[in-house]
This record gives sequence, structure tokens and C-alpha cells, in this order.
Amino acid sequence: MPKDGGIGASTKRREDIRFLTGKGRYTADINLRGQAFACFLRSDVAHGRINGIDTSAAAEMPGVLAILTGEDFKEVGGNPTGWLVQSRNGETMKEPKRPVLAHGKVRHVGDAYAMVIAETFEQAQDACDAITADIEELPAIVDMAAAVADASNRVHDEISDNIVFDWGWIEDNRAAVDAAFAAAPHVTTLELVNNRLSPNPMEPRASIGDFDPGTGDYKLYTTSQNPHLSRLLISAFVMGIPENKLTVIAPDVGGGFGSKIYHYGEEAAVLAASKLLNRPVKWVCDRSEAFMTDAHGRDHVTKIELATDMEGNFLALRTETLANVGAYLSNFATCTPTFLHGTLMAGPYKTPHVYVNVKAVFTNTVPVDAYRGAGRPEATYSIERVIDKAARELGLDPWELRAKNFLTTDQFPYTTPVGLVYDTGNYHATLDKLGEMIDRNGFEARVAESRARGKLRGFGLSTWIEACGIAPSNLVGVLGARVGLFDSATVRVNATGNISVLVGAHSHGQGHETVFAQVISDKLGVPASSIEIVHGDTSKIPFGMGTYGSRSLAVCGSAMVKAADKIIAKGKKIAAHMLEASEDDIVFEDGAFSVTGTDKQKTFGEIAFSAYVPHNYPLETLEPGLEETAFYDPSNFTYPAGAYGCEVEVDAETGRVEIVSFTCADDFGNVINPMIVEGQVHGGVAQGIGQALMESVRYNEDGQLLTGSYMDYAMPRADDLPNITVDHSCATPCTHNPLGVKGCGEAGAIGSPPAVVNAVLDALHRGGITHVTHIDMPLTPSRVWAAING
Amino acid sequence: MQLSDQRSIKADPATVWAAILDPEVLKACIPGCESISGNPQDGFEAVVVQKVGPVKARFTGQVTLSEMVPEEGLKITGEGKGGPAGFAKGSAQVTMAREGEGTLLTYAVDAHVGGKLAQLGSRIIDSFTRKMADQFFERFQQAVEGPEEEVELAEAEPGAEAPATEKKGWFKRIVSR
Repeated sequence: MPKDGGIGASTKRREDIRFLTGKGRYTADINLRGQAFACFLRSDVAHGRINGIDTSAAAEMPGVLAILTGEDFKEVGGNPTGWLVQSRNGETMKEPKRPVLAHGKVRHVGDAYAMVIAETFEQAQDACDAITADIEELPAIVDMAAAVADASNRVHDEISDNIVFDWGWIEDNRAAVDAAFAAAPHVTTLELVNNRLSPNPMEPRASIGDFDPGTGDYKLYTTSQNPHLSRLLISAFVMGIPENKLTVIAPDVGGGFGSKIYHYGEEAAVLAASKLLNRPVKWVCDRSEAFMTDAHGRDHVTKIELATDMEGNFLALRTETLANVGAYLSNFATCTPTFLHGTLMAGPYKTPHVYVNVKAVFTNTVPVDAYRGAGRPEATYSIERVIDKAARELGLDPWELRAKNFLTTDQFPYTTPVGLVYDTGNYHATLDKLGEMIDRNGFEARVAESRARGKLRGFGLSTWIEACGIAPSNLVGVLGARVGLFDSATVRVNATGNISVLVGAHSHGQGHETVFAQVISDKLGVPASSIEIVHGDTSKIPFGMGTYGSRSLAVCGSAMVKAADKIIAKGKKIAAHMLEASEDDIVFEDGAFSVTGTDKQKTFGEIAFSAYVPHNYPLETLEPGLEETAFYDPSNFTYPAGAYGCEVEVDAETGRVEIVSFTCADDFGNVINPMIVEGQVHGGVAQGIGQALMESVRYNEDGQLLTGSYMDYAMPRADDLPNITVDHSCATPCTHNPLGVKGCGEAGAIGSPPAVVNAVLDALHRGGITHVTHIDMPLTPSRVWAAING
Repeated sequence: MQLSDQRSIKADPATVWAAILDPEVLKACIPGCESISGNPQDGFEAVVVQKVGPVKARFTGQVTLSEMVPEEGLKITGEGKGGPAGFAKGSAQVTMAREGEGTLLTYAVDAHVGGKLAQLGSRIIDSFTRKMADQFFERFQQAVEGPEEEVELAEAEPGAEAPATEKKGWFKRIVSR
């Protein structure tokens, strides 16, 4: 049994009390004395040359304080790319400057080219409307294949082929892969699109720049998943403000799903404006702006081939992908389709030969970057779809085909042909667990029952693995990362025995305040209610890399454990002094330091008090105080995995898909708070079902964003979703972090889309509609109907 | 979006051709047109106010006539900037053919919008475009051949001339007077 409030307890989320009662404090809730408001003027053409911007009329408008254009930011740095990727031919990727405000050209609808700061937001908005710009519209580059085929029209004039890089992974594998394909008895080929998604966090972005003319210090309140990373980018690359003169505060943040990892131009712009005006400058994004400026996700066009023998043993896998990066390189746009995608192409399988080719392409669309899962959903979708197609072609059961090709427990640690080392896992266990959960034996009867009601029932399976707990810095450094990916924590024991834990991870919905407190409570024997988790303010917390890639517990949690271990070690020294015993004889258990084999003990609180009121304290050998910081850099990724099963009913008359049940058997390693883990899986599956059935960002041929509101961008709602059943009992604890945790934040979004699509195709085939071998997501009624009747 | 349609107009091609080149006719036919100036050779400047879904905008822009073949057809191209609402542009390829006593007017419209308007989504924009095109050619037809009999009667002012046996649109009345 878990200790009350400790590891393994389904403690209710303490932060929800303030979120659910409207007492959260988000960036838009913050109002600083004397603040002015910013509004950005955004391009309404996808591609155009800026011949001139006339701000004279706008400058005369009431309340206008300043108007800035791209010209004003010409001298400051560009927003950089966090990862350098090499092309197959050894060339370095193309990396065009991404200015704070567009200069010379606008490159997507929504690209900001001017900024008005006024006394009120409405005045700023009115003045934006009064700016006249001579923007010569150029033909828009929207379709990736067309952008590559004919590069006479260029997103960036200096990049002659619209290609960022042409990446091969692993290039040395290529000959062996091709040879395996040439000799293979059977090859299954599938061309598919991983649809483009809009992240849609509940809270749109917002930023307040606050320059203090007295001290010369800058403060940025912003909606960030990683305030230190934003500070680093703004300081070292964009604005040149020394890090010690810039504080970045990300207070309560209402969701991010990746889109708030990145530094955006608006953040630099409000800082610059604040300096210019000696006043705080606030900007709050509206939902329309969010649709056309928040980094989108996915958008891959892939050809995948699977070579097998006639018994279904996987011999080789090969993919060619065009990955859309949009108009500019967002901070992690280059690693998402490569090192977070290509390296996962082995899946949970023992496929001996794998080769991945990705060409990243510039288009006149919003930048594309990591979105919940980031590369791994794209990899999983491709693999799990082609396996189902292969099973059908070979006349094999997709369930058995997967089981047959799974790695087995005796193969760990396993070095994949795409460069990862899986430390542990048990893929047969999660698949078997799924089988128990879904009543496989009753499926045929359910099919018959559905048929009696005129519906086609189908089952879809997806077995997934991800590399998360991002990431070992030395490894990613070799691969081109420009940042470290450690994390940090300070455990500050206060004199009265309560604890502040200052963490580098950032909670924007994950429930860290609850879970992290559980970990420290368990470690130090202090009630969770006496533990405060502090995050999101670079002036308080140690340098941390924030939250994304299912990393917070695996990386920052490990740093917390290390820091807590240091607290215990120091506490033992203090206790040894106070108890007049040898340090080696002190044991720490259940919140008390005792001399082994005796009843002599000091409570944690007594030790803490002594550390700050060191009257009876070994001052000659030990510093007072009880505060320890640890940085933790993981030695490997973590590899959560699982098996997802989806049952659908398809109405062949209308093409409508209804998800009847969705079942998850996951291996997240050790679990700190089962309730929160299940909630994370629910949310991820909801987003995956959204991708599979409803969501899709669409541009027309002019590069106009057609899905710019919830009128046209379909988000899943509660009644679009089934009950989602989650099990995480098949745990193989991570072997290399102290908590044995693997991460669960992205799993649902990774594993679910192929399960849904496989289920729909299974339903059609069981219903005799065998000519349909693939339908691209989202599987809207019109697409399913067209496939059935095509 | 693209759409095409045709209308039979009870007037000969010469009358229809004259009407289509007349700024007053254009002003009357373009839905929401506040003002128009210019001439067929140099093009027209127009101000149009329209409400598209939740977005109301005043578009200022150019209308140009090209590929003009008298009594056979022309291309009408328009481009309007709606300020914060975005922009709209489009063209209508119009062909005219004698059809008995009247004229068969065939048109193919190609319309594009940008900015906030585009984000309203294709459902709203497509239906709006269709409505605009329908209204334009409906009004054009009425301008040339006159409204339905009862409408004409209802609109007839007291003391005005007795309605002619052949109904006339206001344009036709002017040119035939």
C-alpha cells in the first residue's frame, strides 16, 4: 500500500482547487501598473514582398504610443533553431533567419510585420487597421511535393530548393535495407498522410514585457513550457539581454501540448517595446491569431514499405517522408521529424533493417513543430498502419503478426537498427493484458450484433513505443542538439520543517504540484501538505529545461530525488552530531533520523530547525542551512510502450464512425499517481481520436488558412469520445533513473490514431468492403463514405 | 472557389452589352455597392460594403473589364481590400449568345478571399460567393429586362405612364425612351 500522499497514491490534484474555482493566475490575469497594450498587424497573404509600410495615419490615432515594424528589428538576432541536422550528403541544413517581425517578405498568413503599442488594446487594434502596407502578393507555396518539384518560387529567396535538409537515418544502413528489400518474398507498400494539427491549448498565448529603467532589468511574463529555455533564446540569440538582467516568469499556463515550448517573436517584441516606452507592454493572443501563429503539428506525407517473408517475419522497413516545417524553422522543427521520428521506426519489433529518409520542406504556412508526441505519433502511425496492411495481404492475424515480431524480454538491453538502446520492456505482457481487457472471445458476437443493427463493427490494434524522458545531453549533442536536456531541482527545507521544492520542470496542466510533492513526501517523510512546489520563475528556480517530451518526472523527478538524497545525507551528519553517534550508524526512515539499534532519534523537523538555529551543530565541519540542488542528466531515454485496442462501428450508408470502446494497456514503469497517469492517457487518447476522426488544418491553394476557427477546425468533444479504459499494471521499471519511471504524457496521442484507423478498415473488410486499403486521417464521414463508394 | 451558371435575359445582346458597360448598372447590380466611378476602358473604382458571417467590411478596390468582344463577352475582374477584414478578389468570365429574341448570359466566377474572411471557412465563403454572384446577375437581369410584372405594378408611381405591354427594366426604359 502506498503511504498516504506518497508514491503510488491517487492523490487528488491540489492545483485543481484554484483552477476550478477561477483562482488560477495566468499571464493575461496579470496587470502591471502603467501597462500599455500591443497589437500585431499580420499578413493576410501567404507570400508577399513588403514594398512599404505606411504607419503615418496610424501614428496619429488616439492613444498610440509607438509603432514598430520589421525594419526596427533588423539589427537584432533571429529566433534560432535548437537542433542542427545534417543532410545525407553531409551538408548542413538550411537555416534562414526568423526575424522578430517580418522584414522584406511575409511568408505565411498571420506573419506579423508591424506592432502598435497604445494606451488600450482597442486603440492598438484600431491603429493596426489604419496601417497601410504595400505588399506585393507572390504565388503561395503550399503543397510540399510542388515546392520540391518546382523551386522557381521560393519561401526564402536564398534557399534554392525549398528543402531544409534531406536526412537519411541511418545512411550506413541503406544498402543493407535495399538488399533486404530486393531479396524479400513480400513487400507491403503504403502511402499515407499524417494530417496537420492545430494545438489548441485552452489558454491562448500572452506576454508582458516589463523593463525597469531604474535597474535596467527586464521581466517577461509569458505562456511558456520552459522559462529558462525562453530566457536563453532571448538572451543569447535574439535580444542580447544578459541572462542576469532578464527574468522569465511563466505563471499558471493553461495547456501547451508543445506549442508553448517555443520562443515566439511577440515575446521579444513586448520586451523591446517596454524598453522603448519605459512602461510594461502587454499582449494577449486571440483565438484567431492562435490558429495562424501557434506552431502546428504533424503534417507528414510518407511512403512506407515493409519487407516480410511469407510467414510474416519482418525483414526490413523503409520510409520516405516529406515533412512540412512551414515558413520558418520553429525552435525544434528540425529534430521533430528526424531524431524524434526516424529513431522510433523500429517500434517494439525486432525488424533487423530499417532506413528512414526525411526531407523537410519550407512552405508558406505556419511553422510546424513538436505537438504532443512529436514525431513519435508519426512513426507509430506509419508502422502500425503498414503492419495491418501486410497482415491483410499475407492473410495473417494482425494481433499474431505483431506478437510474432515483438522483441522478447531476453533481448534487453536492445540496440535498434535506428540508433536507440531500449533498456527494458515487455511488449507481449501489455498485448496479453489488452487481450484480457477487451473480451476478444466475445468480439465475433459483437460483430454479429452490430450487423443486425446495420452497422459494421471492427477492431483495431496498435502497439506503440516511444523514446521519452528527453534526453541524454551528450547523446543529443552528438546528434546536433544545441541545448542540454538535463533538469534540476532545489529542495529547500525551511527552518520550521516545511519544504519548498524549486523545480526546472514546468507544469501547465500535468499536475506537478501534486505529484512532485508526493515524491518528496515519500522520500523525506514530510506530509505532502507541508511541501510546496515552485516552478516557472527563472529568478527562483535553478536552470531547468522545462516540460515536454514526457520528461518531467523522469528527468526533473530524478533531480528532485538526487537533491533529497543530499538532504538526507546532510541530515545524517547533523543527527550524528546531535545524537552523539557515528554518521554511519544513523538511519533515516519515516521522517526520522535514528541511531541504528537504539531508540535515540531526531525527527526531520528537529534536524531542519537545528540547521537554521545551529546552536548544537557541527559548525566546524558543516555549513548551516538545509538546502540542496541537484542537476540530473539522464543516461538514456526512457521507453514506455503499450498496446491499444479500439472497437468501432461504421455506418456504411453515411460513412460515420463511432468509437465503441478504447482500451489501453500501458507500461509506464513505476507510477507515482495512478489517477493522474490515467488522466494523462485519457487526454492523449482524446487528442489522438481527434486526429484520427476530426481534426485537420487546411490551407487553400493561395495559402489561406481555411480552418481558422472552431467553425471549421473540429475539436473532439466529450460526446465524440468513448469511455477509455486504462491499465498500467504491466510495469517494467526504467533501469536508469532512480524512480524507475518512464513518462506517460504523450502515450495516448501516440498509440491511438493507428488503432482507430485500423479499426475502421477492419470494420469495412469484415463488412465485405475489401477494396479499401487505406483512408487518410481524419476519417470524416465524407472520406469514409467516399472510400466505400469509390 | 469556382462556380458557373447561366441566365436567359429577355433583351438582345446589344442591349445587354451596353448595360454591362454602364457604371450605373454595375453600381445597381453589385450588392452593397456604395459608389463606383470610372469607365470601361480604364476600369472602375468601387466601394462595396458587405457583411460576411460575423465580419462586416468596406471594400475599396478596382473593377477592370478585359477581353472585351462587343455583344459576345468579356471578363470582369475585381479586387477589393477590406482593411482588417482581409481582401477579396475574383473574376467573372461572361459570354453572351443570342437566344431567340433574348440573350443567354453564361458566367464562370472564380473568387478568392484572404485574411479574416478566409478564416471564416469555406462553408461561409462559398455560400457567400454564390449569393453574391446570384444577386449580381439577378439584379442585372432585372435592370435589363425589368422585374416581374406584379413588382413593376406595385412600384409604378401614381400618375406615371401606364405600364407598357412589354415590361421594361429601368435600364431599358432609359435607353429606349
